Amino acid sequence: MIEIKPNKCDFCGCCVGVCPVDCIDLKEADIDIDYNVCIDCKLCLYICPIEVFEDVETAEI
Amino acid sequence: MWKQQKFDLIIVGGGPAGSTAARFAAIGGISVLLLEKDRDIGVPVRCGEAASDEGLRIFVDPDTRWIKSVITKLRLISPSEHTIDIDLKQKGYILDRRIFDYDLAQYAADEGAQIVCKAYVDGLLFKDGKVAGVTGEHLGERFEVESDIVIGADGVESRVGRWAGLATVVKMKDMESAIQKTIAGIEVDEHRFDFYMSREWAPGGYLWIFPKGPNAANIGLGVSGKYSRFRSAQRYLDDFLAKTFPDGSVISSTVGGVPCDKTLKKFVTDGLMLAGDSAHMVNPMTGGGIVPGMRGGMLAGETAVEAIKAGDTSEKFLNRYPKAWHKIGGKNHERFYSIKEAIFRLTDKELDSIVAAVEKISPDERSIAKVFRKAVFKKPSLVVDVMKVFAGI
Repeated sequence: MIEIKPNKCDFCGCCVGVCPVDCIDLKEADIDIDYNVCIDCKLCLYICPIEVFEDVETAEI
Repeated sequence: MWKQQKFDLIIVGGGPAGSTAARFAAIGGISVLLLEKDRDIGVPVRCGEAASDEGLRIFVDPDTRWIKSVITKLRLISPSEHTIDIDLKQKGYILDRRIFDYDLAQYAADEGAQIVCKAYVDGLLFKDGKVAGVTGEHLGERFEVESDIVIGADGVESRVGRWAGLATVVKMKDMESAIQKTIAGIEVDEHRFDFYMSREWAPGGYLWIFPKGPNAANIGLGVSGKYSRFRSAQRYLDDFLAKTFPDGSVISSTVGGVPCDKTLKKFVTDGLMLAGDSAHMVNPMTGGGIVPGMRGGMLAGETAVEAIKAGDTSEKFLNRYPKAWHKIGGKNHERFYSIKEAIFRLTDKELDSIVAAVEKISPDERSIAKVFRKAVFKKPSLVVDVMKVFAGI
């Protein structure tokens, strides 16, 4: 699962441009992933110029 | 109050494409609302800020308030640091986009366009299958505003087009993952663009030094999405700066994605047009998007006027916009895209041998065409690619 590291994002929209399912919402200084839509393709992690995203293990419930 | 009005045209995004669309639509006499998600037009800057004099003059008179440097020559630096200097036939500028974009928005407002900042658009309204307005949020309040036409000038994110079913997602290999820092307290040639081409500095892209006066520069690079997963743009830039300008001060930094692609096959649908980065109008070879964005914005704005006057906002009618775009430059971008692909296929060794060969041409005889002829001579496998690319020149 992809997580956003807090206070690191510069809100440039690069990840939004490559997201194949349009699950990233970006306001002026606010970014959110809609996990109901996210397919965990990790393209956001791969394209981000400043390593804002992190691939974390999804905890078993 | 704009929230209660209906407009002929709503534009989403207040960059050069959006403001230019607003200006030309307002000049044509239709009612225009431009919505910008950020607090200020022109801020934050997400750009290397380079543009040609010739290109800008189509739209504005160059103004010393927003020109930071006048550029008359460029330098290409090969992986082993051989250099080629070329005098530019047309001068270029490094702009201060904060002032430049502000002016463009003011021109639009002067013509009667209404501009609202902090207005975040998050969806489209549809009527009978046609785009018929936008929904969003402004200062914590929801809004729905109707219009006959929407222009999406929402940059690299290009969500407006997606909401209307257009395929605007940028392929990873065509997205440049870019970062730039404005470095002060250094010495640079204030009239020269520097381009570093090497897989070590910026794989699938290039590194640039764009002077802002004699003692500061925008220093940045783009790495193709094909490679950025292995090492981020930030790491490449930090390495270069530590090596080349260890004592410079970072007075500004920015990141962003640059879609270095051919223009989208389809960027118009019923009631909707895209302009600028959102339509992939960036020059795919250079990554320059200011002038192409303004061209797209102007054509989209003018087409909106014609459509409103004709009472026809169908895709069929709006298709005169892509036709006009391809006529004035869109086709060139397909050629530039091929050049980009050919260049990025070169290994560092091949780049070095090409640059070494070009170094032998005396400086006053150097032109872009001559440099390319030499490059072709040195690297026969490029001949086919370059022949194709230059077929029309």
